[in-house]
Amino acid sequence: MISFLFYVFAALALASAVMVVTRKNPVSSALFLVMTFFCLAGIYVLMDAFFLAVVQVAVYAGAIMVLFLFVIMMLNLSPDELPAFMNRKIKWAAAALAIALTGSLLFLDVSRRLPASPGTELNGEVGALGELIFGKFLLPFELTAVLLLMAIVAAVIMARREL
Amino acid sequence: MNPAIWITIGKILVVFALTLGTVAYMTLAERKVSAIIQWRKGPNRVGIWGLLQPIADGLKFVFKEDYVPQTANKALHALAPMLTMAPALMTFAVVPFGSTLPIFGMEVKMIVADLSIGILFIFAIASLGVYGLAIGGWSSNNKYSLLGGLRSSAQMISYEISMGLSVIPIIMMSGTLMLTGIVDWQGNHLWFVITQPLSFLLFVISSFAETNRLPFDLPEAEPELVGGFHTEYSSMKFASFFLGEYANMITASALIVTLFFGGYHLPFIENLAFFENHGFLLGLLHVITFMAKTAVWLFIFIWVRWSLPRFRYDQLMGLGWKVLLPLALVNILIYGIIILGFGLGGTS
Repeated sequence: MISFLFYVFAALALASAVMVVTRKNPVSSALFLVMTFFCLAGIYVLMDAFFLAVVQVAVYAGAIMVLFLFVIMMLNLSPDELPAFMNRKIKWAAAALAIALTGSLLFLDVSRRLPASPGTELNGEVGALGELIFGKFLLPFELTAVLLLMAIVAAVIMARREL
Repeated sequence: MNPAIWITIGKILVVFALTLGTVAYMTLAERKVSAIIQWRKGPNRVGIWGLLQPIADGLKFVFKEDYVPQTANKALHALAPMLTMAPALMTFAVVPFGSTLPIFGMEVKMIVADLSIGILFIFAIASLGVYGLAIGGWSSNNKYSLLGGLRSSAQMISYEISMGLSVIPIIMMSGTLMLTGIVDWQGNHLWFVITQPLSFLLFVISSFAETNRLPFDLPEAEPELVGGFHTEYSSMKFASFFLGEYANMITASALIVTLFFGGYHLPFIENLAFFENHGFLLGLLHVITFMAKTAVWLFIFIWVRWSLPRFRYDQLMGLGWKVLLPLALVNILIYGIIILGFGLGGTS
């Protein structure tokens, strides 16, 4: 049952990921990306990582993609204006990145450096995750927070030239 | 098949039927309460006291022409009402609407799925509700609809933050993310509305904004935006938006009751010696208590709508970001200090 569901979610995730890049309409692309995130959340649930699944939906599908959609709707570009953003160089760069990513994932899988199932340290428990973040991984966690703060400050400065 | 699966399917059906039935009769309640507030009689022609009005309205919606604008994006235009309804109904899966009820010799828990991350599940699903409004507004290809959709996405993202932060002191005090755990903590100690009045205020204000009810119904503000995001909708699709709003209200009311008013607990009465050997009656009492508390909150939602004027858009954003968000952060700090300093709360 679980492996059947895994293949359903995986197939849906891949199919909607393909749709993201092939759709002409940016709003449709964004919605298919939401669908992909949802399928990933489903796979996390199958791996008993409930917290990760819920955060995936709340942060990516619920917040970040809504902002994407917001910007797309604000610009409201017609399909004829879009090709200006799709020149040949960007396509080559995207293809190169895709190949590099696939290659590195394959290498990690073949060399068995990717665990097949989540580590036993977590077991889907929020408390255990909190203890890891605020104990073993405190420094990386705080550094990420500072990085995000920097991004926010930079965004505000870029948006408002005169403060 | 495993009997547990059948019990779960039964619970899902009961919850669905009850929620949708309540949604239908909320439309009548809204019209009746508004009539009383405005010194009118309200619908009173179809059935006694207008009780068959929702059925008549439903039939009317089904038989109306379903008009889709020529320039609209047809697929997304049809998808948007569904995207509004689905999250509103999904959230109810983790809300405990009673303790346990002994049926056929089995203790049946009155909750569809008692997730260990119940409250996070609610925030995750609730954050998806915005897609229906935003997509509906965009796909109609009408500038008023688009403005309504944009407003809804900005509003819901802003108030989601203070809503989520307002609940953190509750999680800190009860020491659990499970909604049943939070309800039991209140049953054993005090209701959170007494111990955490500021969290309660922040949560209620944010839920009014999240359900797009007056005084925060900016996405459909009719004097400025014709009808907002649903201007170009008719027939059953329009009705779905409408019903989605009521389903959201029911979920919000149930959540307020669960988080702040002790959920299904009825203090003093449920501790009577009589209930100790009448388990079924106790279970029934819990379910009825939960429903009654939710009904009171639904009434308050309607009452507020017909009493307060609408906010201006800049006031709405100002309130969300400059008042509610800092207050929620200070609230977390204060309760953190109290809990650490006095050794209150935690897992008990």
